[in-house]
Amino acid sequence: MSQIAKSLDEALDVIADGCMLVVPREVSGVPMDATRALIRRGIRRLHLVALPTSSLQADLLIGAGCVETLETSAVSLGEYGPAPRFTAAILAGSIKMKDATCPALHAALQAAEKGVPFMPLRGLIGSDVLKYRDDWKVIDSPFGDNDPIVLLPAIRPDVALFHAAMADVFGNIWIGRQRELATMAHAAEKTVVTVDRIHPGNLLDNPTFAAGTLPGFYVDRIALTERGAWPLPLPDYYAADAAHLAEYARMAATEEGFGEYLEKYVYEKQAA
Amino acid sequence: MNFRPEELLADQIAQLIGGVRHVAVGNASPIPATAALLARERGNGRPYVSLLGSPKNTFWTDGARELFDCAGQGRIDVFFLSGGQIDGHGNINLVEIGEHAHPKVRFPGSFGSAYLYYVVPKVILFRTEHSRRTLVPRVDYISAPGANEPNVFRTGGPVALITNRCLFSFSNGRFMLQSVHPGHTVEEVIEHTGFDFDRPAHVPETPPPSAETLKLMRETVAPQLAELYPQFAAQVFGVGVPPA
Repeated sequence: MSQIAKSLDEALDVIADGCMLVVPREVSGVPMDATRALIRRGIRRLHLVALPTSSLQADLLIGAGCVETLETSAVSLGEYGPAPRFTAAILAGSIKMKDATCPALHAALQAAEKGVPFMPLRGLIGSDVLKYRDDWKVIDSPFGDNDPIVLLPAIRPDVALFHAAMADVFGNIWIGRQRELATMAHAAEKTVVTVDRIHPGNLLDNPTFAAGTLPGFYVDRIALTERGAWPLPLPDYYAADAAHLAEYARMAATEEGFGEYLEKYVYEKQAA
Repeated sequence: MNFRPEELLADQIAQLIGGVRHVAVGNASPIPATAALLARERGNGRPYVSLLGSPKNTFWTDGARELFDCAGQGRIDVFFLSGGQIDGHGNINLVEIGEHAHPKVRFPGSFGSAYLYYVVPKVILFRTEHSRRTLVPRVDYISAPGANEPNVFRTGGPVALITNRCLFSFSNGRFMLQSVHPGHTVEEVIEHTGFDFDRPAHVPETPPPSAETLKLMRETVAPQLAELYPQFAAQVFGVGVPPA
């Protein structure tokens, strides 16, 4: 049975209210069409894990009221400035924030990937990042002599969601150098991928593609959404839409402007 | 002055980088990126330079974690960090101002600082707004501490802080004023710095970049920089066309 869904909404129906959803950083293939579809559906209470940072995607989901808990290392619009809805939500106390540091998120997903309960990580000791994470522990390394080290519990998301350049009919996904996408899929219970196009033939038959391919074994649902990362970039394929991101930064600076943005670019898209 | 302030800072940072094997530069850091590329030009292709976000200037094939794994292996010698607040103990704050339960200001977040600050031997702090708002007695939130208890594994940490006004070195838990940039004074640095720091009886002026360095930066480095920082390359070096 093919993983390729008849529609984007059908592919996304495994993403339920209240689930833990892991998504990639702003330049690794962010599923923006899927994000807009989730907002239109009115998804609620997400525990969003952004590996290890986010930009427009987290800001949109937060602004639209879809997020209960956010676990990441940073949210910003980069050269377009702070992420306004993220910032407003933190100041208003309307989301639960689990501040992390980039390699801690990578390591915690890798723990789930390996099926082990935790991963140790250097650094962190003496930081307030650690101080405010009661789910992280410091132990004396059993292999050292008075060597404190932080342990991070595995992160096992309900669903991994990302966008990639192409899939084949066997459900294999070409992810190229974005290897964290494979880690996300290995760690999560289910994986949903949107792709720009369907590759004719089997990606695993071609050794050049195979090395950068996530096997369909790990993939549950695929939806075709051409330029589905827009307005964010898809590495090696297209750049960010700078003018649009600047427009977002401008509009989302106020609650009212953000509402207008949603009307114009999220809800209207459905009708188009 | 026949050079831009950014060129002075990049020249100074390139000297701080020194003769190392690998320099990595994080997001939104055009001046450190200029310095790293300048160091690479001067060294005929060494150090290796990794500019986050630049496909042409990163060799990584193991995804976003490779930067951190590389640092953990001891294979990154120099990195750059900044902060919404930096204090006199070298602590940096990339998270918030005010009480943690009810912050007044929120910054994007700590990124990789709570790890890289510990494992990269030379971390160069940079902050182009040198004021009592940014350089404070004590940060409100420690994204990454300047120092640790002796039993905490730490192979790296801050070695310097460069601002729009001056250059500090950092050792034994304190900043020491090294030089004041042309057009600025020691009195002004004291007035605008919120933390105590050491200084010699005579504080030298930061030397201007040489004609040779300026030529290298403007003619060879700037075009490479334009791939990742088109706006900066256009504004500072007049390279390429600034985006509308």
